[in-house]
Amino acid sequence: MELLKIQNIEKYYGGKLNLTKAVDDISFKVDEGEFVAIMGASGSGKTTLLNCISTIDRVTADHIFLGDMDITKLKGKALTNFRRDKLGFIFQDFNLLDTLTAYENIALALSIQNRPAKEIDEAVKLAAQQLGITEVLEKYPYQMSGGQKQRVASARAIITHPSLILADEPTGALDSKSAKLLLERFNYLNSENNATIIMVTHDSFTASYASRVLFIKDGKLFNEISRGDSSRKEFFNKIIDVVTLLGGDVSDAL
Amino acid sequence: MLFKLSLNNIRRSIRDYAVYFFTLIIGVSIFYAFNSLSTQAAYLRLENDEHDMIELLKDFISGVSVFVAIVLGLLIVYANRFLMKRRNKEFALYLIMGMSKRRISKILLAETAMIGAGSLIAGLILGIGLSQLMAALTANLFDADMSAYKFTVSSSAVVKTGICFAIMYVVVMILNVAVIGKCRLIDLLNSGKRSEKIKHKKMWICVPVFLISAAVLAYEYFVVGWHMEKLSRERFALIIAGGAVCTFLLFWSVSGMILRIVMSLKGMYYRSLNSFTFRQISSKINTNVMSMTIICLMLFITICLLSSAFTVRNSMRSNIEKYCPADFEVTYSEKEGGETGFDGIPVFVDIEEMYKQAGCDLTSNMEEYVHFHKYTDPELTLESFCGEYAEEAKGKFPFISWNSVEEIVKLSDYNKVMDLYGRDKLELADNEFVVICNFDNALNLRNAVLSKGFGIKVFGRELVSKTDKCVDSFIDISAQHVNSGIIIIPDSAADERFASVDEFIGNYKAADKEEKNVTDKIKREEYKKAYDTYIEKYAEESGHAFSCGIDTKVAISNNAVGLGAIVTFVCLYIGLIFLISCAAILALKHLSDSADSIERYEMLRKIGAGEKEITASLFRQTGIFFIVPLILAAVHSVFGMKFACFVLGAIGTEGMAASVFITVLMILAIYGGYFLITFFCSRYIIKSRRS
Repeated sequence: MELLKIQNIEKYYGGKLNLTKAVDDISFKVDEGEFVAIMGASGSGKTTLLNCISTIDRVTADHIFLGDMDITKLKGKALTNFRRDKLGFIFQDFNLLDTLTAYENIALALSIQNRPAKEIDEAVKLAAQQLGITEVLEKYPYQMSGGQKQRVASARAIITHPSLILADEPTGALDSKSAKLLLERFNYLNSENNATIIMVTHDSFTASYASRVLFIKDGKLFNEISRGDSSRKEFFNKIIDVVTLLGGDVSDAL
Repeated sequence: MLFKLSLNNIRRSIRDYAVYFFTLIIGVSIFYAFNSLSTQAAYLRLENDEHDMIELLKDFISGVSVFVAIVLGLLIVYANRFLMKRRNKEFALYLIMGMSKRRISKILLAETAMIGAGSLIAGLILGIGLSQLMAALTANLFDADMSAYKFTVSSSAVVKTGICFAIMYVVVMILNVAVIGKCRLIDLLNSGKRSEKIKHKKMWICVPVFLISAAVLAYEYFVVGWHMEKLSRERFALIIAGGAVCTFLLFWSVSGMILRIVMSLKGMYYRSLNSFTFRQISSKINTNVMSMTIICLMLFITICLLSSAFTVRNSMRSNIEKYCPADFEVTYSEKEGGETGFDGIPVFVDIEEMYKQAGCDLTSNMEEYVHFHKYTDPELTLESFCGEYAEEAKGKFPFISWNSVEEIVKLSDYNKVMDLYGRDKLELADNEFVVICNFDNALNLRNAVLSKGFGIKVFGRELVSKTDKCVDSFIDISAQHVNSGIIIIPDSAADERFASVDEFIGNYKAADKEEKNVTDKIKREEYKKAYDTYIEKYAEESGHAFSCGIDTKVAISNNAVGLGAIVTFVCLYIGLIFLISCAAILALKHLSDSADSIERYEMLRKIGAGEKEITASLFRQTGIFFIVPLILAAVHSVFGMKFACFVLGAIGTEGMAASVFITVLMILAIYGGYFLITFFCSRYIIKSRRS
């Protein structure tokens, strides 16, 4: 079932003389339960695209539909509620509140929705179990490793059962072992909970965990490949091929 | 170039500097307004005595200004160091770009100079406005006429303010340069990366500490509020020190406990942003226990000062109405022999006769008067008055001179005086006496004696007390209720051989206030003439110790009003400075915390917290941070004021409710004002940068 429909969106910066087309006429669709990676070099517009989807930024032209709701039309309270109820965020720098324990960080997402404390407790424990962080729940962010922090952030993102999970370079600040662990959890959430994930990355290894990869160059959709039935290893090789084709700094970033 | 850079720096960090700047302006304006008081007063129509009082006021304000300057200086140095710390990153950037420390120091000098000059000018302008209001207050306090008043600027106060603040700014500059000279680049760069370590205090330490400090405070409240007469100076100092320590421990333990308590209320803790809000508050109180203690104690002093300020003044005025019901009183007493001159045998001399010898008429210009004398019985001292109770009483009241002779007045004289005053008269049977007294401490002792029902022996005659306690009354006019006891006996019991102090009390023949003042002047000159030309010589020739005194309502009320005004001004001055200092420190701390938390709020927005919830959370944080020290200070003050009432007992505590009301208003205005500014500035700081 089609969940997200992006229709010819554009995002321009600057004025007439120095116009920058950060996102230039991009269209694609994401089905429910899909795990999509968006790849591109620095400055290719992938983060701007994610920001537009997440309503953190506004598009200059055209529409983004989530289900049958046009999220570019949302304003004020409706916008806040949309973000709160429909989206889950995972950031490169974790964005955990350093004053709260892991448990409280995860619970906060539900507290904001004014759920009863008992329900919160059950939900937090379940999410922690799914992400393998039960033993660090009482710790503070400064007592955790990067991988643990990112899994706590992920737990916070999924606990509200959002329609869409948006991850911006989730492995960017992690070592390869933690990154692998996290991505396996993403796959688990994707298959077990039927979570829809859109992940922005410039790392081919990270992208190879997705079921579909979109490539962006200079604000335009450059290519798109699906994993299909191939193994992750084969998919990774395919991605590397496209990256080579893209050329330039994406390969540098590997 | 450097100038432009520093100007831009200030403009950019205006949200950090706003509270600092605001505080400087208020500090300067208060400093100016109080120091210009004497100049303002020159334009008010005042009596001579009052001009003396204004001079005294000027001296007091000058003295207090030194103290105030030190407090303000410390505040400025503190605030400045605090703001410097916030800019470490910026200095690091300059150093990395290759700017020398000398040049950074120069930028800082330029900045301080600009802020200093700006705040000084703005503060003086505000101060000049404020001082016109102060003139109205002065006029009100001195009951003076303001019709001749015109807008004035006190150049001496301007110069004084300028010099004082210039010195403070120079000190700040020197400190800044010293800090820059000492700093290391690596520390500057790392200063922003403070890893927030949450230290949990152990519950089993917090709870006992809380209980003990609360119990000690309660005990101290009890002693200060209900057993104040037992307080010696040493014990009082101990209580003050204990109170300060307990205040600290209370904040310390509460900061550890409150979070645990709130956390255990899961339904509340996990609602909306509460978990975030409480964590913020708890970490804020945790890291600021010391400064909150100091602020709480300063607020406590402020509340006590402000409420006493107006109480003293109000009660002085109402006391004069009550305890000075006649215009004029002259007394003369003479004693023969004795070692100190005060323990000799009284010799009676008629004061009216003495005036006549000097060629003056004591009864002139008098509408009505009473001329009478007191008696003393050498056998009747305070000790013998107490009878069997004396031994017990000596233990309870160690500071009373027990062998002083009691003053005695016969009933008909007393009733004549009461007639003059328009107060209730007394009736006595032949074997009865009455003690009149209204000084609280003496009252306690005498009531204790009278309730036991002992009789006394006066001039060889046994008398019993008509009442079982003292009658609330007095004979000599004064500004307060300070009659420590006069014994009234039936006329038949009086023995003229023991006549002692001669007194003359009267009311002027005068239609209005103006005329009364004129008469007062005449009568006082007359007294001076009589004293200089005859009384002094007469007494010298006799070789006896003597005392001769004049009291007039005009002089008493001018002095009392002036004294009340001085107390009011000094309390107001110190109270206001303390209040803005406390509020400014809290505001600066909170603002810097908000600046450190920008990312946290940004994150809350990303996970879907609404602006309304974020603002509510910020409001709660600001509110609790401001109100916690105020609440404890208010509780302290309730008992502190109870004690102050006791100390001020002699002056009286009439009008306490009104002055507490004024105090509350002032605290609401200034402290509340700082709270609002802090809240709105914080809201601006954490405002979303995106949409």
